[in-house]
Amino acid sequence: MSGNKTCRRIGRRTFEYISRPSVAGAGSVAGEMEGQGPQAEWFDVVLNDDRMGQATWEKAESKMLGTAVEYAMKDAGVSRRDVDAILCGDLLNQLMASSFMARDLAVPFLGVYGACSTMTESMLLGGALVDGGYCRTVITGASSHFSTAERQFRMPLEHGNQRALSAQWTATAAGALVISSEQDSHMRLTHATIGRIVDPGIMDSSCMGAAMAPAAFHTIQNHLRDLGRKPLDYDLILTGDLGSIGRRILVDFSERGSKLPHLSEVYDDCGAMMYDVSRQDVHAGGSGCGCSGSIIAGRICKEMREGKIRRAMLVSTGALMSTISTQQGESIPGIAHAVTVEYV
Amino acid sequence: MKYNQYADGFSPAPTCLKNCLLAFLTGGAICETGHLIRAAVMSAGADAETAGMWTTVALICTAQLITGLGWYNTLGRIGGAGAAVPITGFANSVVSPALEYKKEGIILGTGAKIFSLSGPVLAVGFSVSAAAGILYKLLGLL
Repeated sequence: MSGNKTCRRIGRRTFEYISRPSVAGAGSVAGEMEGQGPQAEWFDVVLNDDRMGQATWEKAESKMLGTAVEYAMKDAGVSRRDVDAILCGDLLNQLMASSFMARDLAVPFLGVYGACSTMTESMLLGGALVDGGYCRTVITGASSHFSTAERQFRMPLEHGNQRALSAQWTATAAGALVISSEQDSHMRLTHATIGRIVDPGIMDSSCMGAAMAPAAFHTIQNHLRDLGRKPLDYDLILTGDLGSIGRRILVDFSERGSKLPHLSEVYDDCGAMMYDVSRQDVHAGGSGCGCSGSIIAGRICKEMREGKIRRAMLVSTGALMSTISTQQGESIPGIAHAVTVEYV
Repeated sequence: MKYNQYADGFSPAPTCLKNCLLAFLTGGAICETGHLIRAAVMSAGADAETAGMWTTVALICTAQLITGLGWYNTLGRIGGAGAAVPITGFANSVVSPALEYKKEGIILGTGAKIFSLSGPVLAVGFSVSAAAGILYKLLGLL
């Protein structure tokens, strides 16, 4: 029975996309503050009103994700009818932004939750659906909005409080990709690693970078080991939202004892890239699913299609705590999923 | 715990002195405003108790208005405890959730969430005053 099956597993944790699904289109939207940061030129849309003319912040986030999806479809030259499934997620309870976006789009929908790791989680799954022949064209994406995340995870917007210096700023941003076996593109998915949860025991929810760095290390190390590669075999290894603190921890930990030698030469982090910390009061950088979502769908896709990046490992990172788990005395579990994309 | 210590080494050192100074200036300015209001009301002929009441009302109403205008969060970000501790901080902690949850309706939104931040303060305040009252009474019996 298993004779026809092609095993795609490589090593312990990695698998290969044999048909090399293409990233046929990308769309990215960023909020006002993100539009004043160093990544501004790469976004398809920069909002001048984070509310997008909507009655609530949640509706605004939904619309923002919908806009990213629209741009991705336009970029790929596909219409709604060509899309077999859309896989996306956000940070809100019951994936409110994604579900309501998908309701309006009326395309088969799979909600994906991986906290801020959602972008590569949805890419990994969407790529597998296409590679396995279960879908021809899928859309994958993720969004986050400062004003919806604040109210769900922290304090009301108008409350006068001080954020910890290690805290990160939830990016108002969304990214979407069209992954397809029908469309040709220079950017292809080649390999992926599903991360496992690594919980280093951080209790403080304003230290997310430190909570997620070990998971990122674990996933990157497994991905490289399974493929027999070293960091320098990549043009770019990009984590999701470790921020400036988590970024330094990952580099220090990886290069100490040469566990991942020369990582810092090819490494960057979307959270650390999103804002100009000298001008923007974001403390340890950006976070949120939209942070890596919009930078992957913005800068990374554009640079890869131009051939400036030939091989990149995208590793969105997530902190899988809930609003009540920290109150119940649980530590913060970290996760990271890796997808390697190549210029073909 | 070892990882915690390792990770702590990468966090920026807290700016305690600057925070204390800003809190002192912000809190001091709020309280000094209170003093000025009180003096003005008393010079208009009110007694100390009435003037105190009007001062409280004026500070709370101003803090509510400033919260509604979206300025108190900036004051809180800069002033820290200096903006949180005076009565204006309490007003802010009542008004900010009330505004935030307006979209979920007056009863189940604003009504249910209005004390979500100040509720714990009230609960602890009530409990401590009840305990202090009982203790005071018991000491009086001795």
